[in-house]
Order: sequence, then C-alpha cells, then structure tokens
Amino acid sequence: MNSLNFNSIIRFVVLILAQALIFNNINFMGSINPYPYILFILLFPVKNNRSLFIFLSFMLGLFVDIFSDSGGIHAAACVTIAFIRPAVLKFAFGMVYEHQNIKFDTTEFGNRVIYFSIIIVLHHFIMFLLEIFNISNIILILQKTLFSSIFTIILCILISILFSNKKR
Amino acid sequence: MQQIINFVIRNKTFLLFLLLFVISLALTIQSHSYHKSKFINSANFLTGGVYESANGISNYFGLKEQNKILVEENNKLRSQIFNTIDTSAIVKTYIDSISYKGRYKIQSAEIINNNYTSTKNYLTINKGEQNAIKEDLGVITSKGIVGIIDNTSNGYARILSILNTKSRINAQLKSSHHIGSLEWDGESSTIVQLTDILKFAPVREGDTIITGGQSSIFPQGIPIGTIENFVLDISGDTYTVNVKLFNDMTNLSHVYIIENLDTQEIKLLENPIDE
Repeated sequence: MNSLNFNSIIRFVVLILAQALIFNNINFMGSINPYPYILFILLFPVKNNRSLFIFLSFMLGLFVDIFSDSGGIHAAACVTIAFIRPAVLKFAFGMVYEHQNIKFDTTEFGNRVIYFSIIIVLHHFIMFLLEIFNISNIILILQKTLFSSIFTIILCILISILFSNKKR
Repeated sequence: MQQIINFVIRNKTFLLFLLLFVISLALTIQSHSYHKSKFINSANFLTGGVYESANGISNYFGLKEQNKILVEENNKLRSQIFNTIDTSAIVKTYIDSISYKGRYKIQSAEIINNNYTSTKNYLTINKGEQNAIKEDLGVITSKGIVGIIDNTSNGYARILSILNTKSRINAQLKSSHHIGSLEWDGESSTIVQLTDILKFAPVREGDTIITGGQSSIFPQGIPIGTIENFVLDISGDTYTVNVKLFNDMTNLSHVYIIENLDTQEIKLLENPIDE
C-alpha cells in the first residue's frame, strides 16, 4: 500500500511538470495541445477512498491552472471526471469492475480505449466550455475538443503502454 | 437533525464534488473579469521558479535569433543617432543633461513563460516588485507592443498579452490622429482587431497602426502592425480593422518595460478629488 501511494505522488508531480513545461508548448498545427496529465486520474487505483480521490483530482487541476494561468477550468474538469469515473469504469469494463479487481495493465486493449476516450472527451469539453465561456462559440468549442481529444487519447494510450508493468 | 447528518454522510462524495466544482467555477468566472484574477496566476515564486529554471535551458536554443533581433535594433538606433541634425551646434542653448528628467523609465526583462494558443493568454517575466515593476506598466519589444503588466509578485510579474480577449489598448492610425481600441477576437495569433475607427478616417490597406497618446501606459508612436483589411460595422459608423502585428508573438524573449513617470500626475488631473 505504501509503495502505491509513493507511486501516485511521483506521478502527480511528474505529470504536472510535464504538462506545464512540455505539453503546454507543443502547439501542433498552431494551437492544438494535448493534456495527458489526466493520466493521474485515469490510472488511479480503483480501490480507493473516493473523497480523497476527488480532492487529489481537484489539486491536480488547480496546479495545472496555476501553471497555465487559466483560472479554474482544469480544476473544474478534473473534479467532474473524478466524480464520474466509477460510472464510466462500470460502463467500459462491465463485470470485472463489479468485483473491484481491475488492474489497468491487464485489461483488454479495446475496453481501455473506450474508458480513456469517454473520460478524455468529457474532460476536454468541460475545459474548453469554461475557457471560451461563450455558448455562441459552440462550434469552436467542439472543434477544439475534438482535435485535442484525439491528440490526448493517442498520447495517453502510448504512455500507458510504455510504462506498463506487464511482464511478457 | 439526525436525518440531516445522515444525508450529509450518505452523500459526502457528491457534496465534496459540488463544493470543489463551485470553487473552481468561481475561480474561472473571476479570471474572466479584468483585474480580478489575483489568486491563481503564474507570477508566484513556485511557478515562477520552475519556469525560470526551464527557461535557463531553453533560451540557449534561441540565442542566434535573439542576437539578430538585437543587431537589427542597434542598427535602427544607430541610424537614428547619426541622422539627427546636431541642433546644439546651431542653437547655442545649454541643456543641463544631468538634471534633465525623462518622462519614461525603461527596464529590460526576460520572458520565462509565453502562452498564445488559448483565448486568454498571459506571459510571465523574471522581474517583479523588487525591480520596481508595478501593475499597469506597458511591455514592448523592439518591434512592437506585447501587453500590459496585470499582476506582480516579489520576483516575477504576469503580462496580460495583447492576444487576450480581455485586453483593450488605445491605438491610432499613423497617417492621421483617428483613435480606436485594440482588441483581439481569439482566432489568429498574428491578427488583432482595431475597433471604433470613425468612418471618416482615411483607412487604407497597408497603413501602419501605432499606439495612441490617450493612455498613460504607452508613449505615443510605438508601432503595432499594418492594416490587413477592414469592414464597416453593422451600425455603419465605425470600421473594424484587422491589424497584422509586427511582433511575432510566438517567439519572444527579451522585452522592455515602460514606466510613465507622469502617470500619477495625469491621473490626478483627469480624476480630480470630489468635493
């Protein structure tokens, strides 16, 4: 249990720094940035204290907000996806989740993609909605959500494969 | 009472979620209103320190480019010096150059964090209150304007970029004195909009836009950009002009901070104390 917490803390710090220093400056095709820092929320152990998890997600979002001068948009999006995560887990993994013994390294690839995609699209939509804060620009919001989501999903899957503990 | 406590305990995750969500929503809303985003900003010692050390590495990659810009500026300044007629030779008036007090104080600073992709962009520089940087000072480069300082900490300051939908800067045509207000619609990082130019103004494509003398932040005549195209507003009275910036906002390193030493005096004059 202790090593798990230690792992999470390292992940928390590294992902925030990576987001602030690398991924906020990618600017692919002018303005498309990925937000893979939410891997922390995606890969957080399933058996957890929910209140603590939601609070940690809030802090994660708030730190990214401070680094990118964006008010509270990341915090709001992170809190929401952290709250909704159990429902998405149930939807994506079905029976396995019921028994509370998911290990993300051993789940099926397809299920994992569905799980990542739902959460990432939701996160990006809330974030861009709050950033632009103008419902008449809904096309711009959807467009940004789409492009950034694709970028983030690909990156998240690559990173999670790269750092998985699976032994062949 | 028992029921209320039970309700709280049963729904504690949801209530926690709601609380945190409302907090972040409040932070977001406050960041959308000008001059109120005080709490969450990158001009604090933690983020400033991280950005500064990262910038210590990354600015080596742009040295060649920055050198070129500095040489260009030196060129311009030198040609100004050599081409001004030496009036002191003709008019034998003695100017005491020691006690002469300039109107503007210039400081240089280095950008350590630059955003230009969202609709509300900010930059962070490595100078703050300990270098006498205050709010509402103008920031320029050798090519044109960058923005206005909107938040300071001890060692760092945050600039409200002209690429921010909240930014409003007084600007004018170079050829005549028609003034307007410089805004940004959030679309392209090279084009900003000049609004409220009266339709009687002689607007032509390719004309230069400079800062106006109306604000006490920027001195008059700092270049901004050239007119790309313009349309008449729906009301039919004013033009909205698309201005192509001289500055490449995506590639900034060294900036100058302008302090107008007469701001206090001007403000006192404009807003006399109510009797």
